[in-house]
Amino acid sequence: MSKQKSPIMGWIDDRLPVTVTYEKHMSKYYAPKNFNFWYFFGVLSMLMLVNQILTGIWLTMNFTPSADAAFASVEYIMRDVEWGWLLRYMHSTGATFFFIAIYLHMMRAMLYGSYQKPRELIWLFGMGIYLALMAEAFMGYVLPWGQMSYWGAQVIISLFGAIPVIGEDLTTWIRGDFLISGATLNRFFALHVIAVPLVIVALVVLHLLALHEVGSNNPDGIDIKKHKDENGVPLDGVPFHPFYTVHDMVGIVVFLIVFCSVMFFFPMGGGFMLEYANFEPANGLKTPEHIAPVWYFGAFYTILRAIPDKLLGVIAMGAAIAILFVLPWLDKSPVRSIRYKGLISKTLIPVFGVVFMILTWLGTQPSDGYFLGMINNTTLARWLTAFYFGYFLLMPFYTRMEKTKPVPERVTGGH
Amino acid sequence: MSQDGVNNSRRLLLLGSTAAVGAVGAGFVAVPFLASWNPSEKAKAAGAPAKVDISKLEPGAMLTAEWRGKPVFIVRRTQEVLGLLDGLTDELKDPANGNKAQQPDYADNLHRSREPELLVLLGVCTHLGCAPKFYAEVKPEPFDANWKGGFFCPCHGSRFDMSGRVFNGSPAGDNLLVPPYSIEGNVLVIGVDEETA
Ligand code: HEM
Repeated sequence: MSKQKSPIMGWIDDRLPVTVTYEKHMSKYYAPKNFNFWYFFGVLSMLMLVNQILTGIWLTMNFTPSADAAFASVEYIMRDVEWGWLLRYMHSTGATFFFIAIYLHMMRAMLYGSYQKPRELIWLFGMGIYLALMAEAFMGYVLPWGQMSYWGAQVIISLFGAIPVIGEDLTTWIRGDFLISGATLNRFFALHVIAVPLVIVALVVLHLLALHEVGSNNPDGIDIKKHKDENGVPLDGVPFHPFYTVHDMVGIVVFLIVFCSVMFFFPMGGGFMLEYANFEPANGLKTPEHIAPVWYFGAFYTILRAIPDKLLGVIAMGAAIAILFVLPWLDKSPVRSIRYKGLISKTLIPVFGVVFMILTWLGTQPSDGYFLGMINNTTLARWLTAFYFGYFLLMPFYTRMEKTKPVPERVTGGH
Repeated sequence: MSQDGVNNSRRLLLLGSTAAVGAVGAGFVAVPFLASWNPSEKAKAAGAPAKVDISKLEPGAMLTAEWRGKPVFIVRRTQEVLGLLDGLTDELKDPANGNKAQQPDYADNLHRSREPELLVLLGVCTHLGCAPKFYAEVKPEPFDANWKGGFFCPCHGSRFDMSGRVFNGSPAGDNLLVPPYSIEGNVLVIGVDEETA
């Protein structure tokens, strides 16, 4: 099998470990052969990250980060810059598809117990990415300086004001002014285009290094390294390149078809991706009638609103995110995958997915409306918030109690 | 001294003191970065008082003025409205202005104002900073079947009465803020306590 290495490659390899690195991460990285649909979303997240960085750099070329000019410069991009509208819609639609990919990617980890030992660090780096991504998206939404940008920033920054003693000063420090102003816009611009993307890219590198150290999990939650052939290659593994690189291309093409359909035909996503109030320039004297976050913050916003006390609401919202960080230590199940977990987990994991979606939906709706015309949104939000926390806080108990199924020695299915 | 000629405790001391001095240095370097986020001198100087002509403000009507970039609500309340204030005590979180920071001394009274009729409030919800809306009429509203008139915040449903006091069951914890102001004839001066006339 061994090909003769070209002298140029040999020269480089003596000075930079190109071939070794390529083999470690691509041609001799053995991934389980039974990956399914859910395993597309890591690579799709990466695709969206590249899309955001590329279109973002091009947007900065025509965007003006100042309170007087930001709104007009976005209109300028949309109307006067050649293909500017496409670059902007690729970026704004990209944000939504980034979050869709990330949420499905996280759901996959929950389904197959990918956060369990020895993959805790992969999960923790992932959560760091998720947190940074939320900050990134929030600050990005402020930049066009429309009504939603302004009042969204007002509400979110005011959350810090709930912290006792230092809260008020902290909000002034974040804003750089006694109200949301050009100072806030400028610093958010700096963070959005430089600081946070650097952090995200660094975390993605760590995420993948940690993954390649321990190897990928799979839908059966089995350690494929237990059964190896005489060369030390896992019997249930296939080299990442060319098997999964080619396989992933199918996912990428399908994803991009959906992405383009939404971008060209529903670039505002029915008001969930770009909100109608944001087509009016920021006005610090008038709050829009209905203020709601973009859809991907919906679930946490619902939890905030469900609690009729400022400080407790902020604590609940923070706890809802924080509890995800410790998930690897809440799941005490001896098996990883939902396929072999007991009845309670088998039921609760999909229910959790649905509950999260309803919480997300409620976050975009007025709190005095009715869900499916049946139950008051606030009442429902409180029940689902209780479920959200119950699901995690009781996990150490029900995962230990329930009867799991025996896990097979070798992966099932696959190509 | 250990056997291979390394003095471990001395090494530890040197390591520790270098790290400590380095940390102090890093702390000093951090100051300009963190302090640059504070409001600039320009932002601090922008707090000029706002003057508003209130001669045309009808009883029962509200006017929104701008002071330091924020909305200020000015309402000329009627006698009926003032008469209702006393009966609301049980429904309010802080009926008697317990939080002294929420109004200047001269507004620490039932009507929370210098002159009983003239209400001056900062139009910034004490929950998360939205601008509440004015619902003056005493009539059932979608958000409150027994509405007695006041302000309703569209963001998270906080409710305030006709002197900006927060109702029980609102996410906001404090009454709306009364900014410092003075009245010079027909001109309301927002941002100064003293009557300079
Ligand atoms: C920029 C965002 C992200 C990128 C580019 C990214 C990329 C990837 C890639 C390429 C993989 C391997 C392929 C796959 O398993 O799908 C992976 C695996 C993984 N990721 Fe992410 N990820 C991101 C965010 C996250 C987040 C937010 C979490 C969870 C909090 C997370 C948790 C995981 C876990 C647990 C695995 C191992 C899965 C397994 O082996 O079964 N990732 N990630």
